[in-house]
Amino acid sequence: MPSAITNTTLRALSNTFYRKNNLFLFLLLTPPLLWFGVVYLGSLFALLWQSFYTFNDFSMTVTNDLTLENYHVLFDSTNLDIILRTLSMAVAVTLACACIGFPIAYYMTRYGSAREKGFFYIAVMLPMWASYIVKTYAWTVILSQQGILYWCFNHLGLTSALQSLLQLPIIGGNTLATSNLGRFVVFTYIWLPFMILPIQASLERVPNNLLQASSDLGAKPAQTFRKVLLPLVFPGVVAGSIFTFSLTLGDYIIPQLIGPSGLYIGTMVYMMQGSIGNMPLAAAFTVVPIVLIFIYLSLAKKAGAFDAL
Amino acid sequence: MVAAIAFASVSRHYGAGNKVIKAVDDVSIQIEEGEFFSMLGPSGSGKTTCLRLIAGFEQPTHGSIKIFGTDATNTPPYERAVNTVFQDYALFPHMNVLENVAYGLVVKGIAKNECIGRAQEALTLVALGEYGPRKPSELSGGQRQRVALARALVNKPRVLLLDEPLGALDLKLREQMQHELKNLHKQLGITFIYVTHDQTEALSMSDRVAVFNKGRIEQVDSPRNLYRQPKTSFVAEFVGTSNVINSELALQITGKNQAFSIRPEHIFFDNSAKQPDTFAVNGTVLDVQYLGANSKITVDAGQQKIAFVISSAEYNEAELPKIGSNLLARWLKSNMVMLES
Repeated sequence: MPSAITNTTLRALSNTFYRKNNLFLFLLLTPPLLWFGVVYLGSLFALLWQSFYTFNDFSMTVTNDLTLENYHVLFDSTNLDIILRTLSMAVAVTLACACIGFPIAYYMTRYGSAREKGFFYIAVMLPMWASYIVKTYAWTVILSQQGILYWCFNHLGLTSALQSLLQLPIIGGNTLATSNLGRFVVFTYIWLPFMILPIQASLERVPNNLLQASSDLGAKPAQTFRKVLLPLVFPGVVAGSIFTFSLTLGDYIIPQLIGPSGLYIGTMVYMMQGSIGNMPLAAAFTVVPIVLIFIYLSLAKKAGAFDAL
Repeated sequence: MVAAIAFASVSRHYGAGNKVIKAVDDVSIQIEEGEFFSMLGPSGSGKTTCLRLIAGFEQPTHGSIKIFGTDATNTPPYERAVNTVFQDYALFPHMNVLENVAYGLVVKGIAKNECIGRAQEALTLVALGEYGPRKPSELSGGQRQRVALARALVNKPRVLLLDEPLGALDLKLREQMQHELKNLHKQLGITFIYVTHDQTEALSMSDRVAVFNKGRIEQVDSPRNLYRQPKTSFVAEFVGTSNVINSELALQITGKNQAFSIRPEHIFFDNSAKQPDTFAVNGTVLDVQYLGANSKITVDAGQQKIAFVISSAEYNEAELPKIGSNLLARWLKSNMVMLES
């Protein structure tokens, strides 16, 4: 039996930790903080630092002379186009995810029995068990002209309606698979769980009797929603939208596989870093989503998103 | 006069099939305007469900509810002229105290200045005039209770529903709030419907009390009558303390096969010969407890224990019965209450 001595040592150890809480916390936090500080923030700052390096167009090499040129280039009309294209898609996807996600989360929290809740949890997270690239490729098949969506529209006699939808500027295209509409659908599909779960978590924290109190005081359901439920759940919506917004801003797979040509921030970074080797400009492009998220968060804070936290 | 609230055979059942839980089972009551009406009962007796039926958070499975003569069975809460003070206050955490109180006015579309003015008035009424800018989380339990009260009263309801409003407060504060609620009731003259499991609270504050048990009303009466004339053994035991003598022992004592109740303070011991207009039962003293002003004597009367209290002012220590001794517990016939079986 290894017991006696081991037990005494272990007990001495736990007693020490119990008495010296700071030592325990130090040991507890050192590994994650090292990881966070060195690997996570360190690489981020290394990346940002590189955005000030100089790229020589002729020799195609990077020198570590510091310059603001890369940021200047961001405001060229082509690059500005890329940023606006990505930003508008991110906003549209975020709004769609919030509109679709809220009712589901609301049902899960307010009406779902324990079994239903379990079903919804699995249903929401099940798609995340499959590889993201596989799912995106699957969508190229679904959206293609030989795909199931076209087949459905055909059998419902709605082909002409679909065609006229695809004629529309901006969202349209030759086929669903090459339209912005198709890309939007895929983005919304892929990021939806990241919106539902935070909203659901924050709905769960709103006690039912607050809604009853509101209605008791004469508020109609729409007023209760606007004045009580939404302000209390808003932090959850913002948390979810940070996911959908930033994930769309940074994505480089979906824009390559689905939708019209035209670069996104992600594909631009991929191209600059991968095929051209212009690391500084790629780094400068990665700063764009960071800045946009900052702007977004400060707007959300101004709107009172975090007052109820 | 039209009753403020009228229940006609109201039931509220949960579940279905053979698993039906009858939270409220065929309850009919009339609550008059201006009354302080309490619903008293142990937890799970249906009193809170009744309150929620009045507020409109629940719909009855059977029966109908009238509020001031108008059928309100299917009226949603926001269209009822009643307001609720919730057990755990249910203050909106994202609004300050003044906004909380003004809420009911704001949602009715009343002009902002008037909302603020009236909310401030209501806060002053509950002695929290200066707490408007604070958040509910910065207040103590008693203060939150007052805010909840002000928030309900600002709407000038004709009926105020209070769901165990003092349950979370400590004894001192509770007694003070009881007093204030009673004054508020006098001052406003509106109907108060008060749910509580605390019988002293119900007795001391109410005009009438309904005693609930297992979803049904056992008795509706004034506090005095409830205490002096309990109809059932449940009421006798739940309202105050009482010795409920079951029918078998009653047969031996009174010669009648009917259970009765006798309050501890109505029993005295005296081993003298027969006295007119009294009943007595022979018993062995099990326990003598000194309680300060009184002593509580527990006697084994064969099938049942009987407890009674004797005043310390009348009996000194040497005169108290001894444990193990025999005595005759005696009471006046006029003090016993026959119970329905």
